Formats: sequence, structure tokens, C-alpha cells
Amino acid sequence: MNNHSSDTDGRGMPAIGVLDLQGGISEHIDHLERLGIRSVRVKEEEDFQNLAGLIVPGGESSCISRLLRLFNLDEIIVQQFQKGMKIWGTCAGAILLAKTVINESAHLGLIDIEIERNSFGSQLDSFQYEAVIPGLLKKPASLTFIRAPKIIKVGRDVNVLLQIDDYIAAAESSDVLVTVFHPELTGCLAFHHYFAKKCNLKPRDVDGTEVLDPTWRLTSWTRLARISRG
Amino acid sequence: MDAKRYELNVQLAQMLKGGVIMDVTNVEQAKIAEDAGAVAVMALERVPADIRKDGGVARMSDPAMIAAIKEAVSIPVMAKARIGHFVEAQILEILKIDYIDESEVLTPADEECHIDKTKFSIPFVCGARNLGEALRRIAEGAAMIRTKGEAGTGNVVEAVRHMRTMNREIRQLINMPLEEVTGFAKANGMPYEIALQVRKLERLPVVNFAAGGIATPADAALMMQLGCDGIFVGSGIFKSADPALRAKAIVKATAYFNDPKKVLEASMGLGEAMAGLEIASIPAEQLLAGRGW
Repeated sequence: MNNHSSDTDGRGMPAIGVLDLQGGISEHIDHLERLGIRSVRVKEEEDFQNLAGLIVPGGESSCISRLLRLFNLDEIIVQQFQKGMKIWGTCAGAILLAKTVINESAHLGLIDIEIERNSFGSQLDSFQYEAVIPGLLKKPASLTFIRAPKIIKVGRDVNVLLQIDDYIAAAESSDVLVTVFHPELTGCLAFHHYFAKKCNLKPRDVDGTEVLDPTWRLTSWTRLARISRG
Repeated sequence: MDAKRYELNVQLAQMLKGGVIMDVTNVEQAKIAEDAGAVAVMALERVPADIRKDGGVARMSDPAMIAAIKEAVSIPVMAKARIGHFVEAQILEILKIDYIDESEVLTPADEECHIDKTKFSIPFVCGARNLGEALRRIAEGAAMIRTKGEAGTGNVVEAVRHMRTMNREIRQLINMPLEEVTGFAKANGMPYEIALQVRKLERLPVVNFAAGGIATPADAALMMQLGCDGIFVGSGIFKSADPALRAKAIVKATAYFNDPKKVLEASMGLGEAMAGLEIASIPAEQLLAGRGW
């Protein structure tokens, strides 16, 4: 997959960044690589150069939010967003992007949704749910909800992508995508494909049959977190 | 536990990667930990340093105290059951906390058997001193591993030993010819199939955190650079002079473990760390890491 020709590390190529403060970073990078998208771990100001999009991963929103503020990365994200960088938040990431968070103050506030943190209960209430999303997820795929938040309502400029019972599980505005579940924890590449196109990048084509990458395993993320051989 | 439930439990631990899990003994401490950026709290009546000092039998904490902490924070709540005490685990599961730590910090209830964790829906984290111990716990259904270290000492030396041992044994597994794996697995008490998986993945198949003796931002960054996926801090925070400040500093150093400049910033002006203990000064029967096998 690594292209060692003239553009050795592809640094000139627009990339999708994954905010690398805490949480499921390797899992997103694994999915982006499967689609042939250049990915960058983002934790310093200079990492934001040439980013077409940014993924704010799942983890604990209170932890990620603290670290964002500590190093003024929140301001940099908002600046880059205003310059056209698209953003996708999964789970904790969706909480960080919401304009309204029930019982706490908003963090980045980049999409007009109201969200409730840890809305299902404890880990014993985590679950998988099979869904289809017209235009995005053509075949039923299993979505993973881990201590997930619920989107309660969305503003006028926000489209609901997936409604389940009394809550919204996925939504988007022109520049922001939010999912309260974790596509990076399944073999489903459809959301990363969709986001890459939203960022005007060219992901490797996956048609209906390839939406679930058959080579994906529960442990696929570990190839990005092997022990050092030293 | 069915396979899907185990998968979800392993994946919750993945979402804790790069984070710090802090021991707390009351609601106030739990809130300090959450505000400081902890990814989870471990609710217990006494931190390991006090368990060590008080002596006697250490058991599961009062469920009322664990429930109060669960009520007070929105981050995951973990609690400890004694090694082999599957009824304490049943109680914690009914209480619906997020993760059970089958922990050597409490007095073991069974010196032969650990809990059969496959019988539960709730996830378990277990301590290990070496690869064989880690893989035996995974075989029993643990969804997350941590080093044992030597809890309540503020001395990182045992956690370093355990992590280095695991890394060395993983490297040995990777480099040996396949026909030697059977003997290596036998000699080290490793379930063979999981040993093969580790050889292929070049690491544990689940998240591995550092625990036992971490007291400073530098300790946390050290364990992360040795290849841990995240950090448990027990007595190190609330036995120090300024817990809120130290908690924030350890969170920062864990996230930026590879950046000495940021670890330096995190290390400045924290006040007194917890008083530490030389491992050699502890009578052998009071060492916690030797509990369980």
C-alpha cells in the first residue's frame, strides 16, 4: 500500500487527520488505509497542514476536550474548519462537535445538534444494531454502540441520516458528519468512504459487496500498535 | 458471554487507549478525576497504599459507595473483586458498573482458580506479570490486561519489570521457529492457540495497560514508551500533595508520552508525590504481585 516512488511519503497529498489525543485512533487509520486514503495522526498545530478532513474519534469526551483546550487545539480546529476542513465525529467525537450537550457546556459547537452523553447506561447496555442508510449504507450492516450518546434533535441545516426509535444515531450538515456508533470497530468501510468523498478525496471504490471488508478482523487495529522490536 | 458481547467488551477497552484510569474512594475524588480528564475511575474504599498500611483482609468495596460514584460521573466506572471471588463479581455485574478488575490488591478468595469470566456479560480486566499469566487470563475471558506492578508503593520498578517481561516474551515468540512454540508455551503456561495469535499480531490481542506504582507524569510516559496502551494510577494521585494538579499532569503526559518537552511541562511544580516504598523493604508475604498465578 505504501507508495515509495517520487512522492515518498505522499506529504503533498491531501489527507484525513485523526485527532490523536485519546481513544480509537488506530482503528480509524486502519479503515482509511483500506480505502487508500492518506491519514495523519494529529496532535500538534503543524499536523493540520493540508488536511481535507479531520476525524474526532471515540474515547472519553471529557478527556479529549480537556486536552484540546490545554493546547489550544480547539481554536485551531475551528480555524481550519472555517477554511474548509470537513469534520467527522464518532461517539465521543460527536459530543465534542455538538452545539448543545445536555447537562454540560458545548465543546467545539460545529454542528447544530442536541446530544446526550452516555445515554444508554453502562457497558452492559452497549449493543450492535443492524441498519441500512439510503445513499450511504446500501446493504444492512452491523453498527456498534458503546456507552453511546443519543442525538435528541437537530437544527434546520442538519440532515438526519439514521433515526432509531426515539433518537438520532447519525446526522450531517454540509461540512460535518456525526455518528454516535463506531464504524471503525466493524469491517464496514461505507462511512469512511462517504466521509472521504465529503472531503473531495477519491477513496478506492467499494461497491455494495465490498462495504464489509472481508479481510477486517477484531484485531486489525493491532498492526498499528505492535510492541517495539528494540 | 457470547462472542458478540466479548467483542463489545474488548472494544470498550480499546476506547480507553491513551487514557488514565484513576483510583477514587468517594464522589468528590471521582469528580476531581473526571474533571482532570480520567477516562474511567476505579471505585474502591481504600487505595492500595492504605490497604497495605492497614493490613487485614481486603474485600470488594461497599456497593452503596460504588453506586454513589457511578451516579456522580459520566465516565466508565470500574470496581475490584477478589481473585476467584465470583460472587463479588456477580454483585458488581448486577450493580451494572462498566468493568470488573479481578485484582491482587484485594486478598485472594481462591488460590487455585481465577473467576471463569466467560460466564459473565460484564467485562473484566486482570493483572499479569508476564506473557503466560496474561494469556491465561485472556483464556479465562478477560477483555483487558494490565501489569500488576506493585500496587500502593509509588515505585514503578515492578510495572517496568512486568512490561519488559511481556515484551521480551512476545519478541521471543515472534522470532522462534514454529516448532519451538509448543515447548515455549508449555514451559510458560501459555494457552497454545493464543500464543500463536500473539506471535502473528506481535502484541497482545487485547489492550494492555500499565498499573502498580505509577506516581508521576514521567512514570506514566515511561510505561507508554515501553508499549502500554494506557495507564492506571492507584494511590499516586490522591496520596499526593495536590491531587487535581497531579491528575491533570499525568493525563497530559500520557497523551504526549513521546514528547519530552510536554512531559517536562507536565512535571513542573506538582508538589510532593506520594511517599514511595522500596520493594526490598517490604516483607515477602506483603507483596501483592505474587497473588494469583
